[in-house]
Amino acid sequence: MVHAADQAARGEPRRGDREPARAVFEPEEIRRALTRIAHEILERTNGGDDVVLLGIPTRGVPLAHRLAERLEQVEGRPVPAGSLDITMFRDDLRLRPARALGHTEVPAAGVDGRIVVLVDDVLYSGRTVRAALDALGELGRPRAVQLAVLVDRGHRELPIRADYVGKNLPTSQRETVRVLLTEVDGEDAVLLSAVPLSTGPLTTGPLTTGPLTTGPLTTGQEGS
Amino acid sequence: MIRHLISAGDLSLDEALLILDTADELDQIAERPVKKLPTLRGRTVVNLFFEDSTRTRISFEAAAKRLSADVINFSAKGSSVAKGESLKDTALTLQAMGADAVVIRHGASGAPHRLAGWVRGSVVNAGDGAHEHPTQALLDAFTMRRRLGRLEGLRVSIVGDVLHSRVARSNVLLLSTLGAEVTLVAPPTLLPVAVGSWPCSVGYDLDAALPKADVVMMLRVQQERMNAAYFPTVREYSRRYGLDASRMALLPEHGIVMHPGPMNRGVEIAAEVADSVRSTIVEQVANGVSVRMAVLYLLLGGSGAQA
Repeated sequence: MVHAADQAARGEPRRGDREPARAVFEPEEIRRALTRIAHEILERTNGGDDVVLLGIPTRGVPLAHRLAERLEQVEGRPVPAGSLDITMFRDDLRLRPARALGHTEVPAAGVDGRIVVLVDDVLYSGRTVRAALDALGELGRPRAVQLAVLVDRGHRELPIRADYVGKNLPTSQRETVRVLLTEVDGEDAVLLSAVPLSTGPLTTGPLTTGPLTTGPLTTGQEGS
Repeated sequence: MIRHLISAGDLSLDEALLILDTADELDQIAERPVKKLPTLRGRTVVNLFFEDSTRTRISFEAAAKRLSADVINFSAKGSSVAKGESLKDTALTLQAMGADAVVIRHGASGAPHRLAGWVRGSVVNAGDGAHEHPTQALLDAFTMRRRLGRLEGLRVSIVGDVLHSRVARSNVLLLSTLGAEVTLVAPPTLLPVAVGSWPCSVGYDLDAALPKADVVMMLRVQQERMNAAYFPTVREYSRRYGLDASRMALLPEHGIVMHPGPMNRGVEIAAEVADSVRSTIVEQVANGVSVRMAVLYLLLGGSGAQA
């Protein structure tokens, strides 16, 4: 458990934009958490029948594929995985310059009548998941929708909870949580730093280098 | 992102690629049962068309509607313009009605540029005189990238009535930004005076240009804009600069044939060429909706703040 207050107690600097981020989740722990989530999905869905995993770009997508791999290892049959871009459904589009779209790829089986498990790296305000539910509604009518996240950092702004959580990470809103994944960043890690990326819960978000960033960069605020 | 889209030359390489990549994603929407996104809900797009147009106006209308924007169609016929209202007064009327974007087609080059100074919303040039038609160039580039997998180093020949063509100028500017090599092929009378300053090469012999072209884009002979004799007869033009089946056979195996439409079958393009598998003409129309959705989204979808 890492709080901003703990850091202050240990005499670590709490401000300054060069403060190093600290790893709160080792690669081994990420691996174990995903394996556990995979087993939980199998338990809660009667062996993964009809499950479709949809990752939310950017980092939800490799997580969805990792989960699909594990489900296949355990049950011995393939589980479809894809991606669901939510950019056009965000409620804060007009607060920032228009941003590049992520990729949506729905497995050939579609989503109608299936159990869709949405997969994201960090669950924070819940607004990304709200947008994902809207985006999903345009694609079809799943039998049920569940949510799996690697990190739940709290501070929900909407009545949304995750069905599967890799790790609950109590944070201050001033802190930033970044998930790094080998497929995107070359390494696996969850980093916590005391530096907010910007101010205000709505205007915070993807660490962009400008409106023309062609892909969402890492963010601790959910919704890259 | 820029606020207006007046000229294809205003786009940087990154901006042009962002539009094409966004269009790639939006293209998927066309295959879904619900072809609608909520993104521009509550925004108003005015189609202000002072010249006749079928595909461009319908394409912009479909694009705006798929993004949930409200669309107001305005054509000069049957409006106060017929009573002598000026462009500026029309613009101020639209402004008062709260247009977030104005898509304008006008017979006078530079009209969209003037309009951009009068209205608060974004202005999208849908063709101004013989000047520019940037969304056509974007959809052409999009179609080339779809068919051939790349744009950089692509050899594109643009053939025919360059003088009266806004499509040619926009394509030359955009394709050179995107790294393609453009050659204009036309009779000397149908080339603009300043063509030497354009970022492209110029040739006069279609048969010599075709074997080296990955893409050949045939331009419409715009007889309605021709107030002088630019070539002796239509038949002679067609024999020297028209694309028929035997000429198409000169193209490399992967070469594609494009036309911005509307076509004069039998003049610049033979019917059998227009209907061949190498022709992308119908695809261009379909791609136009996705590309215009991308443009409207990138101009209107965000805060509009310049970063």
